[in-house]
Amino acid sequence: MIKIENLHASIDGKEILKGLNLEVNAGEVHAIMGPNGAGKSTLASVLAGREEYEISEGTVEFNGKDLLELATEDRAREGLFLAFQYPIEIPGVSNVNFLKTAINEIREYHGEASISAKDFLSLVKEKSKLVELDAAFLSRAINEGFSGGEKKRNEIFQMAVLNPKLAILDETDSGLDIDALRIVAHGVNKLRSAENATIVITHYQRLLDYIVPDFVHVLFDGKIVKSGTKELALELEEKGYDWIKEEIGAI
Amino acid sequence: MNMDTHQLQSEKVASFISNLQTTSIQFPKERIELAEKVLSQIEFPTSRSEAWKYTRVAKIANLTLVNGNGTTSNLQYTHSAQGSIEITIENGVVTTITGDLPVGLTIKSMHDCSAFELKELGQLVPLENEIFSSINTLYLQDGLFIHVAANCIVEKSIEVTHHILGANQLANFRNFIIVEKNSKASLVYNYIETEGTASFVNVVNEVMVGENSSVYIDKLQNETDGNFHIETDQILQNKNSNFTINTITLGGSFVRNNLSIAVAGTNCETHLNGAYVLEDQQHVDNHTTVDHQMAHCVSNELYKGIIGDKATAVFNGKVFVRKDAQKVNAYQSNANILLSDNATVNSKPELEIYADDVKCSHGSTTGQMDEQAIFYLRARGLSEKSAKQLLVGAFIGDALEKISSEKLKTEINTILLKKFGWE
Repeated sequence: MIKIENLHASIDGKEILKGLNLEVNAGEVHAIMGPNGAGKSTLASVLAGREEYEISEGTVEFNGKDLLELATEDRAREGLFLAFQYPIEIPGVSNVNFLKTAINEIREYHGEASISAKDFLSLVKEKSKLVELDAAFLSRAINEGFSGGEKKRNEIFQMAVLNPKLAILDETDSGLDIDALRIVAHGVNKLRSAENATIVITHYQRLLDYIVPDFVHVLFDGKIVKSGTKELALELEEKGYDWIKEEIGAI
Repeated sequence: MNMDTHQLQSEKVASFISNLQTTSIQFPKERIELAEKVLSQIEFPTSRSEAWKYTRVAKIANLTLVNGNGTTSNLQYTHSAQGSIEITIENGVVTTITGDLPVGLTIKSMHDCSAFELKELGQLVPLENEIFSSINTLYLQDGLFIHVAANCIVEKSIEVTHHILGANQLANFRNFIIVEKNSKASLVYNYIETEGTASFVNVVNEVMVGENSSVYIDKLQNETDGNFHIETDQILQNKNSNFTINTITLGGSFVRNNLSIAVAGTNCETHLNGAYVLEDQQHVDNHTTVDHQMAHCVSNELYKGIIGDKATAVFNGKVFVRKDAQKVNAYQSNANILLSDNATVNSKPELEIYADDVKCSHGSTTGQMDEQAIFYLRARGLSEKSAKQLLVGAFIGDALEKISSEKLKTEINTILLKKFGWE
């Protein structure tokens, strides 16, 4: 699905990612954990195509394509989805209006016909149930006046509608109460399949009780320094990140 | 000696009016005399004058213009059962009036009006220090006399379309609109310039809104590049009246709107909205005044603009709340998006309050397109162009949706799609 090799990225002259390697295959869920400032959100931003970051070295292959050569919208059209850590509010642009435009532009990219109004409506209805979003939300402006939980549910709702190959959830659990967390996780789990993959970026182990990863990676100082299974997450929860720092220091 | 110099007519003004034909409309004599007097002493305004600080009229002053005086026009009044009343103006002269006028509604060319009908013409329009209103008076080609009798609800909209044909045309035009009490009228002014170049459209609108009456005006200024437009609106609202005006400016190299509303009665409602979408080197200046003279009134003002390339927008909105105008709610807002580093906005909202029990607010914002929002939309698969289209549409949408005429709304959407290459 995605193969990241020796990725170096910097912003304003400061190097954040310092040779990151990661490979994710279809059907897998990977969790990336790490202390603040390790580069977790930078990784998400770089993969989604934020232009503020400069890539100085490394490659990212996404389903056989050079991801770094693609514009942000083409990455999305190829099946990459980023659930934002801080979904922004866009007054005046309705959720449904923009999602319909998105679907049709993605279809056009693949040489497919536009979605019919009827099909779009039933798709939207079906997927909004998944994250328990009221239909009234859909005609409202994107995230305007939404609570933190509603914003995150809206991200997962959009993900469900767009049906990406690879979803990157950037700190989706931040700011969620336990009920919202359960709803969001339920949505993500329902969308898991043998054809798609998920990268869950998180600070806390809590989310991983609900979205159970196949692999857990520790990102520290711009590199993945340790990988393991879900037990690694529990260990981190229990011991914190200091022992990892010591381990690296010892090398 | 100094006195003499002062009294002499300015050379620029003399040259500007040298080819113009004096009006043959039955203006009250004292208005004509006053216009003559003003023009014999006045100079074109410079940026030293506060009202013209950001808008230079040198390009207009340097035009060599001609006007017809409208006496040769061959006006056709045609009956038609269509849903609207349509009026065509060419180079400032009324050429057709089509539609069935309901009982109580009179629409005539000013050439067909008696001195008695026009006895109040010009009363609302100050001429002192007003060169363009004075030119409009002394050299007026034609105008519409629109009278709505008391207790007359005009359901059909009155659609006035202006065309400019040929080069170096001065189109002085005037709408003199009297809506008596308990009545209603809706007007649409559409300025399109099919073949005009280096022309100047100079319009004055006088509107008297009677007691318990409502007047709606939608205006689309969409002249072609290389043309100039100054429009002066003087509105008088009597008690319990409603007045709404929407001014949409999309075309023309230079547009100046002077909109002045005197709210002279209690319990009035006033809405003034505007939108401007500018590119290249367009210059658009909206000067508005709402003068609350009486108590228990509400006014709402919303102007929104999108300015690209090297275009310039000016907004100067004044709200006066006089001593007797207690319990007035007055709101004013101007918001702009700059699409380029060379685009300019000068925005100046002003409030002058002399009453002590009022609710007033004003605000002005100018910013760029929200890059975060563009990124968000692109990350969902929208092209940059679609993302910007959605954002621009959303920004200006709340000003555009105030337009009453559905037909005009559709026309504006089509123009915007073309303007941004979104088709």
